[in-house]
Amino acid sequence: MAATVLLGPYVSEYYYLATYTILQFIVLGTAWNILGGYGGYVNFGTAGFFAIGCYTTIVLNKIFPMPLFFEMLAAAVTAGLVGLGTGYLTLRLRGVFFSIATLALAIVLQTLVVNWSFVGGARGVYVIRPPISGVLMAFFGFFVPNGISYVQFLVVLMVALTMFAVLAAWAVEKSWIGIGLAAIRDDESAAETSGVPSLRLKLIATTMSGAIMGMAGAPFPYYVTYVDPATAFGLAIAVNSIAMPLVGGTATWWGPVVGAILLGSAQQILTVTISSAANLFIVGVLLVVFLTAAPRGVVGIVRSWKRGRK
Amino acid sequence: MTANILEATGITKRFDGFAALTSVDFALLKGERVGLIGPNGSGKSTFVNCITGILAPDEGSITFDANDITKTPAWLRARRGLARTYQIPRPFRGMTIQENIEVPLRFAVGHKSARVISEAAQVILDEVGLGEKADLSPKGLTQVELRKLELGRALAARPKVLIADEVMAGLSESEVDEILALLNRLNAEGISILLIEHIMRAVMLFSQRIVVIVAGCKIADGLPDDVMQQEEVERAYLGE
Amino acid sequence: MEFSWDLVINAIVTGIVLGGFYAAVAIGVTIAFGMLDIVNIAHPAFMIAGAYLAFLGWEDFGFDPFVSMAVFAPCGYLFGRAFYRAYHYFFERRGDESLQGLAFFFGILFIVEIGVVLVFGVDYRSISEPYLESSVSVGFVSVPWRMLVPFLVGLGMLGSVHLYLSRTFTGRTILAVSQDVEAVRLIGANPIRAKEIAFGIAVATAIIAGVLLIIIQPVEPSITREYIGRAFAICVLGGIASIPGTLVASLILGVAEALTTTFYGPSWSPAVSFGLLLLTLIFRPVGIFGR
Repeated sequence: MAATVLLGPYVSEYYYLATYTILQFIVLGTAWNILGGYGGYVNFGTAGFFAIGCYTTIVLNKIFPMPLFFEMLAAAVTAGLVGLGTGYLTLRLRGVFFSIATLALAIVLQTLVVNWSFVGGARGVYVIRPPISGVLMAFFGFFVPNGISYVQFLVVLMVALTMFAVLAAWAVEKSWIGIGLAAIRDDESAAETSGVPSLRLKLIATTMSGAIMGMAGAPFPYYVTYVDPATAFGLAIAVNSIAMPLVGGTATWWGPVVGAILLGSAQQILTVTISSAANLFIVGVLLVVFLTAAPRGVVGIVRSWKRGRK
Repeated sequence: MTANILEATGITKRFDGFAALTSVDFALLKGERVGLIGPNGSGKSTFVNCITGILAPDEGSITFDANDITKTPAWLRARRGLARTYQIPRPFRGMTIQENIEVPLRFAVGHKSARVISEAAQVILDEVGLGEKADLSPKGLTQVELRKLELGRALAARPKVLIADEVMAGLSESEVDEILALLNRLNAEGISILLIEHIMRAVMLFSQRIVVIVAGCKIADGLPDDVMQQEEVERAYLGE
Repeated sequence: MEFSWDLVINAIVTGIVLGGFYAAVAIGVTIAFGMLDIVNIAHPAFMIAGAYLAFLGWEDFGFDPFVSMAVFAPCGYLFGRAFYRAYHYFFERRGDESLQGLAFFFGILFIVEIGVVLVFGVDYRSISEPYLESSVSVGFVSVPWRMLVPFLVGLGMLGSVHLYLSRTFTGRTILAVSQDVEAVRLIGANPIRAKEIAFGIAVATAIIAGVLLIIIQPVEPSITREYIGRAFAICVLGGIASIPGTLVASLILGVAEALTTTFYGPSWSPAVSFGLLLLTLIFRPVGIFGR
């Protein structure tokens, strides 16, 4: 975090924008993996939860401007509740129905937003960045005498969120929640008859996953200053949040991180050189290639290599 | 009444019009060894699934240790001491064998400390004869070893009742004896056992009482020799 | 929007006709997912591929859409068989995690949609034939041939599939596989081959549905995702593996969408299918004709 701030005046704004995007994907991929990788339940509606975060900020900003931190909390609560609700209604069915339901949820939410003029409907809405609070400015003033730009502030915020998300995933993985989820993923009935409260654990995972995705979405309106449903609910979010953990490896917390850095950086480079549609195409191809040839992702490759050396 | 550790009354289960179980009554005394037999498809596994909570019966009630568990979820029944093995072994394939055993230790018994869990797991692995394979994956196990893993996992839940569902199917004679010895040891330690089997030799040796289910109905319930001489039972097993 | 019986009846008729088309879309999902447990969420991708193939055929070769169907559906069948073989080899055999299978189909869906964007761009494409331009009128109700043709073909497809599954040996093997894979092995038939053929049929129906789609309306790539909802909503609502269920559910969805569009405008129609799907999953997951 210190490095980001210190480098501030010396590095072009572009790198900050790229870093923000990659960090955002680390958060989304990590959140997705809590339910997907650990629990085995695939969420196709990441974009929906991300958009809940975006639009919570937009709505709150219009009604009653407040520090971004509180907007993020509100986003976490809203998205978490939606995750809980969806889970409660569908997690008792087969995993595949949960997945289809998450897809349905994303589309239903998108349709609602498109038809809601308060947040701009299909045309989208412009958002004015609020000033950074005095307290924070003073805090950063210690490190950087000239003060920091808004984008730099957002990047720092994202770094904090990323650390929080990864820490949460690590904590879940090592705890009884993670072990229970692993048992559920391997064989849900056997897990139940071994005493694992599967519905409860699945709901915890879904709620946490949704809440973190919402938090990732909350600063987005201030980052882009213009939000329309096509972007907030976009394909890029949907496919990346699945491809990055699967390419990186779903078994452990650092898989999504590696996947996000690899795929995210690749996309940043490719977008500059070719079109953004082409680079999403490559993400899709990489996803399918990894699923077929290296289903355990980079994590799996590294672990096999280590075992080979013993 | 209170000597019964497990009681099922009037269990009926229908699948889309087909009656898999019709009004089955069943009781298991504390410390008893009961064998459950019946032709393939007679409803034995459905019955086990109803008792353990994987399926909900359409009618009937189940009492465990004097508590009504008819509406209790499966995981809570496991916590209360009702354990089972699966006909076709269902290990947690992404974990090591020891980790498989640790799951019920953590969730059914409720141990919290990693050290306690690990030690207890090793004890159980030794008891079922898998001590050497603790760090291996279940993917490389033989049939007999998989069955032992199933038993180990059920044991780890510190059960009061153990339901062994066709745990000897397809095993050789000496392997059957191994498993029988293990089950007898467990019973001697106070665990009530319901043995569901096709291998008549094992059932006759092991059971204090035999229950027969044919086409979803209980047709016999009594001492092994008496039951095996009953006409309906002979008829059901003609050709078996 | 003022209420008038004329509007309602028109909407209902439109909905029924649309429903026939939707049945054509959903039958592939009923076969692959309902009967064989293959979660092919990429089904709409195969459909959109069919639509664009029909466009290519029309633009470059002057193919009438029926010619396109005759040419491309068998290709789809063969492709579907090969595709299932690969899927089975890499994913079903592993048996470990359905997570990967699901993500795989999602990846395919994505690749096809973006691929179409890259090749054809995001503009609408359409085809037209003289005999499609007119309408049939009965009283105050008028239905364009553009919609009637897909309706009729859709019903025809449903009927043919039903006959095939119930009258031919392979078809009945497929039905048997959907109920009990082990039993099929025991009688000496090969369940994997049956699944392969069934998946081939499913993709062929998707291609035909795609041709029908471009007959009904101009297409552009993002339509694909709307149809995931429609196809699975119909499959689940109809009872997963039931062909009569597919028909009934298609008609229900068609009418529901038509009424919604008439009274609330077209921007709400994507939500109808997904909303219906969510409601079904919540309240009656087995569907109408399901067990």
